[in-house]
Amino acid sequence: MTKFPSSELRNFAEQCQSFGPVEMLPQSDSLVAVVNCPSEVLKSLAEFLVHSLQYNFGSLVVEAPPNQWKLIYLFYGRENPSLVQLWVYLKSDHPRVDSISDKIHSADWHERQAEDLFGLVFTGHPRLGDFVLHEEWPEGVNPMCTGFSATHPVKEQVVDPAWRPARILETPGAFLMPIGPVYADYYESAQFFLETVGEDVVRMIPRFFFKYRGVEKLAEGQPWQRVLLMAERFSGTSAIAHSTALCAALEQIYQIQPPPRALGLRLILAEIERIRHHFAVLSDICHASGMSVPSAQMDILEEQALRLSGQCAGHRYLYGWVTLGGLNRDMTLTALDTIARETQLLAKASATIHSALQFTSSFLDRFEGVGAISAAGARELALVGPIARASGVRTDLRLMLPYGPYAQDTGFLAMTEPLEQEGDGYARIRVLFAEIQQSVKLIDATVAALPTGPVRVEAGGVRGQSAFGWAEAPNGAAFHYVRLDAQGCVQRYQIATPSFANWHGFHIAAENFAFQDFPIMMASFGLSIAESDR
Amino acid sequence: MFGWFVKGATSRVRTTRYPAHDETAPGVTPGRPVETTCDNELLAIGLAATCPTGAIKPAAFKTTADISRCVHCMACTRGENTMSWQADYRWAKWVGDNARRAARHRPFRKSLHIRVVDTGSCDAVLSEIKQLVKPYYNMHRLGFFITPTPRHADVLMVAGPVTSQMRLALLKTYAAMPEPKWVMAVGNCAISGCVFAPSFIANGSVAGVIPLDVQVPGCPPPPLAILHGLLLLTGREAEMPPVDQPLGGTP
Ligand code: SF4
Repeated sequence: MTKFPSSELRNFAEQCQSFGPVEMLPQSDSLVAVVNCPSEVLKSLAEFLVHSLQYNFGSLVVEAPPNQWKLIYLFYGRENPSLVQLWVYLKSDHPRVDSISDKIHSADWHERQAEDLFGLVFTGHPRLGDFVLHEEWPEGVNPMCTGFSATHPVKEQVVDPAWRPARILETPGAFLMPIGPVYADYYESAQFFLETVGEDVVRMIPRFFFKYRGVEKLAEGQPWQRVLLMAERFSGTSAIAHSTALCAALEQIYQIQPPPRALGLRLILAEIERIRHHFAVLSDICHASGMSVPSAQMDILEEQALRLSGQCAGHRYLYGWVTLGGLNRDMTLTALDTIARETQLLAKASATIHSALQFTSSFLDRFEGVGAISAAGARELALVGPIARASGVRTDLRLMLPYGPYAQDTGFLAMTEPLEQEGDGYARIRVLFAEIQQSVKLIDATVAALPTGPVRVEAGGVRGQSAFGWAEAPNGAAFHYVRLDAQGCVQRYQIATPSFANWHGFHIAAENFAFQDFPIMMASFGLSIAESDR
Repeated sequence: MFGWFVKGATSRVRTTRYPAHDETAPGVTPGRPVETTCDNELLAIGLAATCPTGAIKPAAFKTTADISRCVHCMACTRGENTMSWQADYRWAKWVGDNARRAARHRPFRKSLHIRVVDTGSCDAVLSEIKQLVKPYYNMHRLGFFITPTPRHADVLMVAGPVTSQMRLALLKTYAAMPEPKWVMAVGNCAISGCVFAPSFIANGSVAGVIPLDVQVPGCPPPPLAILHGLLLLTGREAEMPPVDQPLGGTP
């Protein structure tokens, strides 16, 4: 595993000290640096991390009092594989801290979310207020605070007139077109306001969290087994990724390491999940551009991937596999052979469709130059996953912070991350197709070299308190933070999902575009709202 | 473009022959736990305790399983003492009152227009609904269509535990539908809230918000189960048959 070299750590500590009275906390894992950071130093240190050392902002975890507020700002390195946590303590009666999002744009939604759910004030943030909780939610009630009951329904307030954007375009001929929250056909619930003065949409105002289920609140006080069920199910199409990330955090707390066979199987399952996800996104992309035959061809591959999962793993979306210390069960030799064989066929079929699409001009016309995001834009908003890679930004956690299965030498480290430069819809399509091929190669190599042995180690007692676990979900980087008590019950759980990060960046793709391109942009982003809303 | 025409015309037909014939392809359903005989009551109680959602109920010499609470975690299929498992998919059940049930056939025997509302579902159940209009299941051949507007809809298909922030949208969509109208809850979180209930922010069931007629259990229900629900609504299929008649599918 790549380490945070101790010389570099010392170096980093010295650099940090130059910003003010910070304290480096010793860590057992050399990949992680934890800095105890007074709130006055926070902003300059965060800026230094992001703008000078090329770190991405990953997550903002809040631990509410009884005793004091603890804020954990998580950063992960784009250039050097490491995690930096900045810990900021606030007095329990003084819930205020400087906003960092004017300098670090990607922290914007994280701060708004913390303000809405905890009542923390981020001084200097221009857009605090209703975000996760909409206008029907009573003002001043902060559900994530200790003492608020997770099971007790809240009396909503009646709002009249209905919500409208704070600022709208006011000019002759201006028109605001609302879409959602009951969205077209079988798509997820979200709301978009498209502002136009004629043919082109000048601005798009999105509204999310209609689907907010409060997973993080519901997890409080529950045994980890129950929380794992939720981690699998809050975004069912990325079940393996999120359960792996949660279990990785739990495994750090219990200080156990899953056996090699379990890690290999986790990789296989995660890559099947990625393949299915990419097929579904590509099908939507073809569908949005009116290409019914390619769309139907991708649908066939998607259902084949689902049936393969159902046949070999017992569940079409791979529920019920990942657990603390490894896997719940082993996979038979026949099942592994079938997976290796069938995924090869899927890869071949998808390559055929890809090459045919490259010569279909009516398809390319709809995607080239549409919804483009520059590399600078992707970096500034800390976009993740295939969308960032299409803009030429490396963000693959499997390579950057190799975890569990990917830290083993399965030939993965030798592989190159599919990268494109244009950042438009077509670049995203190429990345998706390339990742399918790469996942199949990975599955093949892993099946061939899969060690025998047990698939689970027993967990002893709780050794630590809290930890971050992460995984590269089909949509990008996911970070799960957990704190357990001595009985193994979750005290605090927070998820930073790739869809959350990428929806935040959607607005830069959706500026000055033609009306008919909106479904195309949505499809080429291929994001999940369930994952973002939690 | 001609290439695509050839590709489409030369692809073989994939569509399932359900409901005329049972679908037996592997992997179309995760299956479900069914009534299991146990040697004694203690074993039954022990088996019931493995289930994290209380889907298994112990009795004297057997355990019974309630699929509308089962989240397919497969815990009850491991260890020495396991639940019997059946790979079927005719899971839909009529839960509306009998007067509505008796009245349902006349206008709706042949064709239905469906409006889907997502009230906080995971992506997976929507993905399974999506499969219905795709080549393998192609519900259009049976006269079922997704419609974008509730004004044209006969059936409201609801997925998700009805979050507070979607409740109003659900009520408005329901109100916008012309009579007669039917409501179908798809997936366990729409039926009982599943792992997301009880909750401060979700209602936990569709039935608590609007009158419910048909429920399709599963986490998520496979496309064939949802199709069974639609066929049940039109009176072209019967309810879940007793367990001792195996239907196609491999375990
Ligand atoms: S699969 Fe899991 S949820 Fe379903 S009955 Fe068995 S133990 Fe209960």
